[in-house]
Amino acid sequence: MDGMELLVATGILAAGTFAFRFAGPLLKTRVKLSPRAERLMTLAAVVLLAALVATSTFVEGHGFAGFARPAGVLVGGVLAWRKAPFVVVVVAAAATAALLRLAGVP
Amino acid sequence: MRSIWRTLDRDLARDIGLVCLADCLVGVSYGAIAVSSGFPLWMPMLLSLLVFAGASQFMFVGIVASGGNPLAAVVAGLLVNARHVPFGFAVGDALGTRWTARIAGSHLMIDESVAFALAQKDAHRRRAAYWACGIGLFVCWNLGVLAGAFAGTAISDTAVFGLDAAFPAVLLALVLPSLKDRAARLPVLLGVVVALATTPFLPAGLPVLLALVGVLAGLAAKEPGERRRDLAEAR
Repeated sequence: MDGMELLVATGILAAGTFAFRFAGPLLKTRVKLSPRAERLMTLAAVVLLAALVATSTFVEGHGFAGFARPAGVLVGGVLAWRKAPFVVVVVAAAATAALLRLAGVP
Repeated sequence: MRSIWRTLDRDLARDIGLVCLADCLVGVSYGAIAVSSGFPLWMPMLLSLLVFAGASQFMFVGIVASGGNPLAAVVAGLLVNARHVPFGFAVGDALGTRWTARIAGSHLMIDESVAFALAQKDAHRRRAAYWACGIGLFVCWNLGVLAGAFAGTAISDTAVFGLDAAFPAVLLALVLPSLKDRAARLPVLLGVVVALATTPFLPAGLPVLLALVGVLAGLAAKEPGERRRDLAEAR
């Protein structure tokens, strides 16, 4: 691996990622959004996060992530829905997946 | 800055702390994987400091380590990180109004800080949660990567601890309250279906962006005020 090449690649990825992150806050200083547009922006973020939950639950690479991970997330999701404390939700999700794997579930 | 810590109640601080701990361990595994696949020590650390977005860092390291072109790795990483544009529109106000705050706050924008911010009810708490989560994760993630890069393969497989299930569970717990709003349910469902259906065929990052078509369903839905007016006219 060429060090210089890696350095340049890191720089481009960093600059591009920062530009993505900065675009919203920057534009918001210029343009005053209507309450309706604000609500749609929030909705867009919620939709993105939900899609992220779904893909990171079921998918690894381009294939199915196995059963242990979705089972863990399901347990966490049910606990969250039943208003369990956040810590319980996260620990239960991880523990479920870990124990299932210990038992040989992929 | 001091007001942020005052606004942060104990429960919220504990929740954020837990996420920091989990991400720190993932950082350890990332550092270890990067160094053991042949990267120089500084590389995973520099990526973590400057890019600070876990999924794209794993992606970058994976592509280059398997002999891929670094430029292809950059493109793949940027595709994964493009979701920060809509995130920025949603939480831009939580960053503050000073330019230093906007710039530093933008760098701290990640899935978790956005999700924690959106889960808060008022603007004051939103700001506190965003900054506390962003700063906490930045510190913990980078310390984790540093430890992993030096300690090597102590924790290379976070799946053993089920940490791969912790990340979606964290976001799910934070997003769930938003679904109490009926108007959000159809867009979210549509988005999730589109993302899952397109994942097998498209490069990582794109399916999540395509989920935004779900927002169109929200666009079509009428405003609460309009609905009332329609009802009145119908009468």
